[in-house]
Amino acid sequence: MKHLTLPMTKEEKEALRAGESVLLTGTIYTARDCAHKRLFALLDEGKELPFSLEDAYIYYAGPCPAPKGKACGSCGPTTSARMNSFAPRLLDLGLQGMIGKGEMSEEVRAAIKRNKAVYFAAIGGAGATYGNAIKESECVAFPDLLSEAVYQMKVEDFPLVVATDSEGKSIYDR
Amino acid sequence: MRTVDTKEIEECVYKMARRAGLTLTDSCRAALKNAKERETGAAEFALSALLENEKTAQREQMPVCQDTGMAVVLLSLGQNVQLTGAPLKEAVDEGVRRAYADGNFRKSICDPLTRVNTGDNTPAHLHVEIVEGDKIELTFLPKGFGSENMSRLFMLTPAEGREGIVNAIVETVKRAGSRPCPPVYVGVGIGGCFDSCALLAKKALTREVGSRHPRKDVASIEEEALQRINELDIGPQGFGGKTTAIGVSCELAPTHIAGLPVAVNIQCHCVRCEKEVF
Repeated sequence: MKHLTLPMTKEEKEALRAGESVLLTGTIYTARDCAHKRLFALLDEGKELPFSLEDAYIYYAGPCPAPKGKACGSCGPTTSARMNSFAPRLLDLGLQGMIGKGEMSEEVRAAIKRNKAVYFAAIGGAGATYGNAIKESECVAFPDLLSEAVYQMKVEDFPLVVATDSEGKSIYDR
Repeated sequence: MRTVDTKEIEECVYKMARRAGLTLTDSCRAALKNAKERETGAAEFALSALLENEKTAQREQMPVCQDTGMAVVLLSLGQNVQLTGAPLKEAVDEGVRRAYADGNFRKSICDPLTRVNTGDNTPAHLHVEIVEGDKIELTFLPKGFGSENMSRLFMLTPAEGREGIVNAIVETVKRAGSRPCPPVYVGVGIGGCFDSCALLAKKALTREVGSRHPRKDVASIEEEALQRINELDIGPQGFGGKTTAIGVSCELAPTHIAGLPVAVNIQCHCVRCEKEVF
């Protein structure tokens, strides 16, 4: 299986093809519904975001609390389609890609293609596997949102499938 | 008259919740193993990852899925039982509260408008049914919402009948597509009224995956719906394949002469359900 390390080069990213399985290592940020709403409020007010979108990948996830001795608890993906209305603007502002589960909208696909980004599918329900592959986790914004806050995570060998590639091809197409 | 302190119910809820968070039901695991044999490519990759994930969950004592769910508790209470101690609802909530804290489970319950989290995964969703006898039967179903969100209620006309029921089930799964973590387990309520129909659907999800309703006409709806769902080619995680559902279970109740309510409750492949009788 292909090993990928973040940050990826433009060439590496554009070589990815929908349907391909990969193991991803590097730094990612979690954000779900509520965190996205707050990120958008900051953008609308012209304020700085709590993390730079340049080189960033957002993981649609909200972890369980970390057991003793671990960086993070169970942490599989949540349904990406709920973030359909948020993803295009963030991609246009430099977000490199997303990790989640399930099909996203045509608008998201167009934004991925336009920005040569990528959308990875994590295996929904494999929370323990992903939680175990998170080696460091730090809350960087909105701690009052608890599991829905933004966490910066260092992950090692995250098993993913390329769901939508930089050409806009999708594993969900039939 | 048998006397039971609600502390016993609290303890039972606590143990069931802790176990459920880390374990797939035997029938779910068996169905996933079967499905893996039939699939190839990304679909097979996904199913292998899920079976391996449960082993990781047990080894690391981490929940199988981070969505440790809304705590659905079904309680059948024998009418010859007298409960003593803390109020029943408080006892059930306390069992949930402790289990979700001690098990490092996610707290996923919030106010529907302000979205402020209750912080301890309470209140539990408690359904009590008074039955004959002096036993207490508890069922604990942690219900994830990626799949719950894809559930639907249909108020069909009597004329739509059996065909309408099967179409409603298949249409719900088709519309959900890749979003609810397929392969899904489909609970269906047929009959009753607006509210009780949905509860029937949820109760159907507490049956073993692959079990058949004892009534032949109901079992044939389950079988036909399952076959048609598995022809949709949504597949595990939406990656395409032969397994879009691992089971369809229907439960029935008498309804009004003017109506045919059908509720379709979607459960992801991560079926966690514990039962205890005492």
